[in-house]
Amino acid sequence: MEHTSWLTGTLVYLAAAVLAVPLAKFLGLGSIIGYLAAGILIGPWGLKFVTNPQDMLHFSEFGVVLMLFLVGLELEPRRLWSLRKPIFGWGSVQLFGSAALMVVVAVLAGLDWRIALVAALGLAMSSTAIGLGVLNERSLMQTGSGQSVLSVALLQDVAAIPILALLPLLATAQAHADGSGWIGAAKALAVIATIVLGGRLLIRPALRWIANSRTPEIFTAASLLLVVATAALMQTVGLSMALGAFLAGVLLAESEYRRELETDIEPFKGLLLGLFFIAVGMSVDFAVVLAQPLLIAGVVIGFLLLKALVLWGMGRAIPLPRPERPVFIILLAQGGEFGFVVFQTAAQAGVIEAPVSSLLVAAVAISMLITPLLLVAADKWLIPLLAGQSRKNLPEIDEPQNQSVIIAGFGRYGQVVGRLLYANGIHPTVLDTSADQIETMRRFDWRVFYGDATRLDLMRTAGAATAKVLVLAIDDVEQSVAVAKMVRENFPNLTVVARARNVQHYFELLDLGVTIIERETLDSALMSARSVLEQLGWERHQARTLALRFRRHNIDLLLKMAPHRKDADKVLAAAKLGRQQLEEQFAQEREQAARRQVRGGWVSDDDTPGVPPS
Amino acid sequence: MHDPDVLVITAHPQMEHSRINRRMMRAARKLAAADGGPKVLVRDLYALYPDYLIDVAAEQALLVSAKLVVWQHPIQWYSMPPLMKMWVDEVLAFGWAYGPGGTALRGKDLWLVTTTGGPQDSYHPNRYNRYFFDAFLPPYEQTATLCGMRFLTPLRLHGAHKVSDEQIAAHVAVYVDRLQRYPNWPELDELLYNLPTAVPEDARPDDEEEQEAA
Repeated sequence: MEHTSWLTGTLVYLAAAVLAVPLAKFLGLGSIIGYLAAGILIGPWGLKFVTNPQDMLHFSEFGVVLMLFLVGLELEPRRLWSLRKPIFGWGSVQLFGSAALMVVVAVLAGLDWRIALVAALGLAMSSTAIGLGVLNERSLMQTGSGQSVLSVALLQDVAAIPILALLPLLATAQAHADGSGWIGAAKALAVIATIVLGGRLLIRPALRWIANSRTPEIFTAASLLLVVATAALMQTVGLSMALGAFLAGVLLAESEYRRELETDIEPFKGLLLGLFFIAVGMSVDFAVVLAQPLLIAGVVIGFLLLKALVLWGMGRAIPLPRPERPVFIILLAQGGEFGFVVFQTAAQAGVIEAPVSSLLVAAVAISMLITPLLLVAADKWLIPLLAGQSRKNLPEIDEPQNQSVIIAGFGRYGQVVGRLLYANGIHPTVLDTSADQIETMRRFDWRVFYGDATRLDLMRTAGAATAKVLVLAIDDVEQSVAVAKMVRENFPNLTVVARARNVQHYFELLDLGVTIIERETLDSALMSARSVLEQLGWERHQARTLALRFRRHNIDLLLKMAPHRKDADKVLAAAKLGRQQLEEQFAQEREQAARRQVRGGWVSDDDTPGVPPS
Repeated sequence: MHDPDVLVITAHPQMEHSRINRRMMRAARKLAAADGGPKVLVRDLYALYPDYLIDVAAEQALLVSAKLVVWQHPIQWYSMPPLMKMWVDEVLAFGWAYGPGGTALRGKDLWLVTTTGGPQDSYHPNRYNRYFFDAFLPPYEQTATLCGMRFLTPLRLHGAHKVSDEQIAAHVAVYVDRLQRYPNWPELDELLYNLPTAVPEDARPDDEEEQEAA
């Protein structure tokens, strides 16, 4: 490519994005529509600034690769393993269920079964880019529907490989050589093994070495290199680049550089994904659309409805919360970038003819085009209906805050903390991820922001760099630990006041250097114990003193056990010894009290010290 | 810090509103951090035990090494703040501080450093406080004596709400100077230790009411 054309190209892309995206956001349509519109505008059917969208599509596909790497980073191997059922179970139901349904309908409509099969498999795919992009934009990744969309998208990535491999077999003219299939499979396995082993053994020390050199731009380069190399490896053996990147991400999810990798890759991902959407906008072949507008409309509406039907059933069976179902259905009903690849491969292999292929590609592109619009419509009319109330939109925290206290997690626990602070004139910045919770709290005039506290950028916006105290009141243990870790690494001056769900959680927080931790049930349980003693006749003040002393003893013991917490036997022994010591101490005190009373000469038979009168 | 020579026990239920006691505490703290002179340790009771659960063993351990024990608190209702009183009740235990075998504090000095809201002339038979200030001190003095301690002449500042900043500064300076120079105070040599009268095993003077320690 010539230097000037490279410059003008960049100029056109950037200008289109910078103009169209804010405009779309201003109109309440979301950034993805902005990108798509920009693509149509500058493409062969608009102002003709760019005439070959395919090149750009290939290049910007790398945005999808980066995105899956980031998705992988958020997913530790343990959690991925726990997703195996949704991935292979629900993923297969979606892909093969939709495909089967479409084949049946197409064959009944009089199509050749081979064309029907190719079209069905291609159309059953959904756009990972738009799906995960929307989930990220709305912070829905951690919800049930978010995880379901991710699971299905992952299965599609996996399934794309055999589908693409088998397509040529459908072409009657071509015979497939048996041997090469085996060699290909062996190569693929070897590459995956390389990535898994390399990710485990090599990459972490390498990253540590690079990080120690203290050149941030080289760390960024290394992050990109890592993803590019993985993608290239996968490509050489004909596997999905995105899948490889995802795998690499998962393997690094537990490494200490997870946050840095995320922060480094994020902007590249954003820009390339934008480019990708622009390319999709450009690649809609309006000649095909204009030639057969009714047929295209029929295909689009038909396949969307058929897929939606399967997804609607899945939403009920999983089951997903009702208000989350429309987003789940819309995101997976659309066609996707894999569809493009399937149709192109099929056309090259001679399974379908070129006009059919461009018609299907156009149908997929149009479905991707209208998906964001459908989402906006669903937000406006359908979801409020399902939620049973008009739902104000919940903007993620985006204006920098500068309060002295941040409360992460505003459930039962965080609310009590927040109320006492408010009553004393302190207005904490409150973050929560439950839309219902936020909705309820806002009705009580609380300024609660929608935001995932595990995200570094969000915490920065929430003012973590200047705040004094972070109240870590998140319900979920894993997330709570993740936030504590991120905060300790990035905001060492922020004091963490944490809620622990249980002793294990307590220890984990302690390991991260959090010192102000309350176990959420300890104090209420002790209050109940006090009440029991009182009911049995103990003096109220004595019950209070005993409970407080128990508390102090209990916490001392916990801190003493902390260093041995990995050694179950030692913990057990220490716990037993501690309990024995406390019992002995209390017994001894009762005895002393009894002796004193005898000495004092005022003991009476029915008034045994320490034991209440019967 | 372990094994202090001078142990300052300070108590103020509303330290946030304190003008004088807080400054005095800070001055003593600064002294504690400085090198040279006696080892001073300041124990702010309301900060240490906001839940009124005094760690008796820890308090007693610190008292053992101290030569001078300072009680620094405002006078409230002619007496000490409630947590200070609780400290006395629980830490100065029978059989440890007094009574049979109770010799842990014997030979130490007790110095009361206090402030009153009422001006000095209000402590007069003709004024609203009706007694000279000294008339409220016997419980302190007798507590010291029963434990075998010398009760040093109290340092006091009256009219705490009205005194000027200069007066406070001067008062704090006297306080710090005394702490620093202990035990080289001119009047100390003349003060004798009163050996406490023995307390019989079956008579605990503070236990006349039915009171259970544990």
